[in-house]
Amino acid sequence: MSGHSTYVPKSPVMKWFESRLPLFGLIHSSFVAYPTPRNLNYLWTFGGILSFMLVAQIVTGIVLVMHYTPHATMAFSSVEHIMRDVNYGWLLRYLHANGASMFFIAVYIHMFRGMYYGSYKAPREVLWILGVIIFLLMMATAFMGYVLPWGQMSFWGATVITNLFSALPIVGEPIVTWLWGGYSVDNPTLNRFFSLHYLLPFMIAGVVALHVWALHVVGQNNPTGVDIKNPAKDAVPFTPYATVKDAFGLVCFLVVFAWFVFYVPNYLGHADNYTEANPAVTPAHIVPEWYFLPFYAILRAIPNKLMGVIAMFSSIAVLVFLPWLDTSKVRSAVYRPLFKQFFWVFVAVCVGLGYLGAMPPEGGYVIAARVLTAYYFIHFLVILPLLGLFETPRPVPASIADAVLAKHGGGAAAAVAMGAASAPSKK
Amino acid sequence: MDIKALGSKDWGANVAEIATAEPTRRDFLFIATGAVGAVGVAAVAWPFINQMNPDAQTIAAGAPVEVDLSPIAEGQIVKLFWRGKLIFVRHRTKKEIEEAEKVDVASLPDPQPDSARVKDGHAQWLVVYGNCTHLGCVPLGNQGAYDGWLCPCHGSVFDTSGRIRQGPAPTNLPIPPYAFLNDSKIRIG
Ligand code: HEM
Ligand code: FES
Repeated sequence: MSGHSTYVPKSPVMKWFESRLPLFGLIHSSFVAYPTPRNLNYLWTFGGILSFMLVAQIVTGIVLVMHYTPHATMAFSSVEHIMRDVNYGWLLRYLHANGASMFFIAVYIHMFRGMYYGSYKAPREVLWILGVIIFLLMMATAFMGYVLPWGQMSFWGATVITNLFSALPIVGEPIVTWLWGGYSVDNPTLNRFFSLHYLLPFMIAGVVALHVWALHVVGQNNPTGVDIKNPAKDAVPFTPYATVKDAFGLVCFLVVFAWFVFYVPNYLGHADNYTEANPAVTPAHIVPEWYFLPFYAILRAIPNKLMGVIAMFSSIAVLVFLPWLDTSKVRSAVYRPLFKQFFWVFVAVCVGLGYLGAMPPEGGYVIAARVLTAYYFIHFLVILPLLGLFETPRPVPASIADAVLAKHGGGAAAAVAMGAASAPSKK
Repeated sequence: MDIKALGSKDWGANVAEIATAEPTRRDFLFIATGAVGAVGVAAVAWPFINQMNPDAQTIAAGAPVEVDLSPIAEGQIVKLFWRGKLIFVRHRTKKEIEEAEKVDVASLPDPQPDSARVKDGHAQWLVVYGNCTHLGCVPLGNQGAYDGWLCPCHGSVFDTSGRIRQGPAPTNLPIPPYAFLNDSKIRIG
């Protein structure tokens, strides 16, 4: 369903180039002529926002590297040097540190969007799984980036997370020593994390390319979950419609980003990370960055070390199987009255786990974390498979155009008006 | 072999015929080439994997260290590093030793008598690695229900013998290799 290229090079130079490498034709068919469902809402702008954030992290990261020193004795002071001495260093670092948080806010919205509208269902399974891979790579990247300033949280975060592998029987200890390059987190660890922190974003970029390719093969989902049947009625060209909407969504997002960077740049961080790493003392409360908290809560909820680690990794792995766990034929939650409620309960459970991940692991917090962890898995493994069998969905509109027209009055006059409004797409 | 036949549309069929005519030799070459190739890939991959293991300098830093115990007062816990790893040297009080010894060993998550965790005749000295066996945080001394250590990260509780009593840590704090040189000096490593 990808839009066939209508690109016709005009100048002789472009004709010459295009007949040798049809690059502009590809760009034109992917981002200009590409038919997008006409009913996309602002939740669909997060793909573009995520692409922007990836580029922003790479650009700010590359300039930070020009001033940063990846050595256990110098890393901390080089970050302070960036903050105090380097021209606009404070800005670049705050952009990068808060950029990571904004990246995760965007990815979580993007993922919940996919869950709500059933965007993972056939034929978008591969697209969804590529997304889960991007999410995993992002987590690895952010984790290793957080180690680089070599503060107390960097050091102890690295210690706790790498030690997760020690839970594996027999191979655990050798793997941890191998990861560290020593007998504890130290300079070799910092060096390799720096190397990988530089590499992984480019791997993310590669998987993003596959993700967008897969998207353009199967087409975008939309709030009705109904496929485009008649492009002239159901779709509008990507440019200007989606481009402008994406740009507006991005600008709104950047306002929030800028608010964090300029007004509360350390709100999402931890004061302890402004203390240099000290392998002899663990801070009283070690907590990961907010975007890892739900997974951290799952890890701590299970009293057994190995099972805790398995549960934590499973909570992400289960996402890969989501397309097959959800047995309902109807994509969008708009037409699934029960699923819609369970969806919001699930969102609340994830937020609740995030809250519990930040609390000390004692008393009622532990019990609550166990209940929510159990629910998290029940949602995927029990509720979703059964809902598809027992739920009676509401009637799904025959086409996107039908849904749009019904929403906007539904009368004949409205239909004519809408037809006129979508006229540019027919040109 | 008929070249014309190879040029014809039945090219695939001809190859199949050749393959069936001399099966053992072709199959052997194919598998042998594949096997040598796989060994080659593994041989080249190994340096890239093994470079991440502790290097010669890191291992050399594991030379034994001598610790003078005389300045460590009764009840005091001293932290030091060997091979980059944190070690606690604890000068235990009479009460702490008693508490550690009177425990019913069978009731412990990781059963070990106190006598197996100290050197004969030196029960007042406990030498253990200082990282929690759960996920590696540094437990806080003289805290927790057993007056041993309490880990601030996920709440593991260790007794005055460094044995796990409560919480997610699976094993006791391990004992590094060490020996008494005389009554007031040990060598770790
Ligand atoms: C997926 C994209 C990326 C994410 C999510 C990410 C995340 C992070 C995070 C969370 C930190 C810790 C910030 C702090 O608290 O100080 C960090 C630091 C750092 N990152 Fe990245 N990063 C990304 C891409 C890059 C790239 C591409 C480079 C280099 C080319 C880079 C270079 C650095 C450097 C030098 C630091 C240490 C300086 C500092 O702490 O501010 N990052 N990164
Ligand atoms: S690291 Fe000590 S309890 Fe988890």
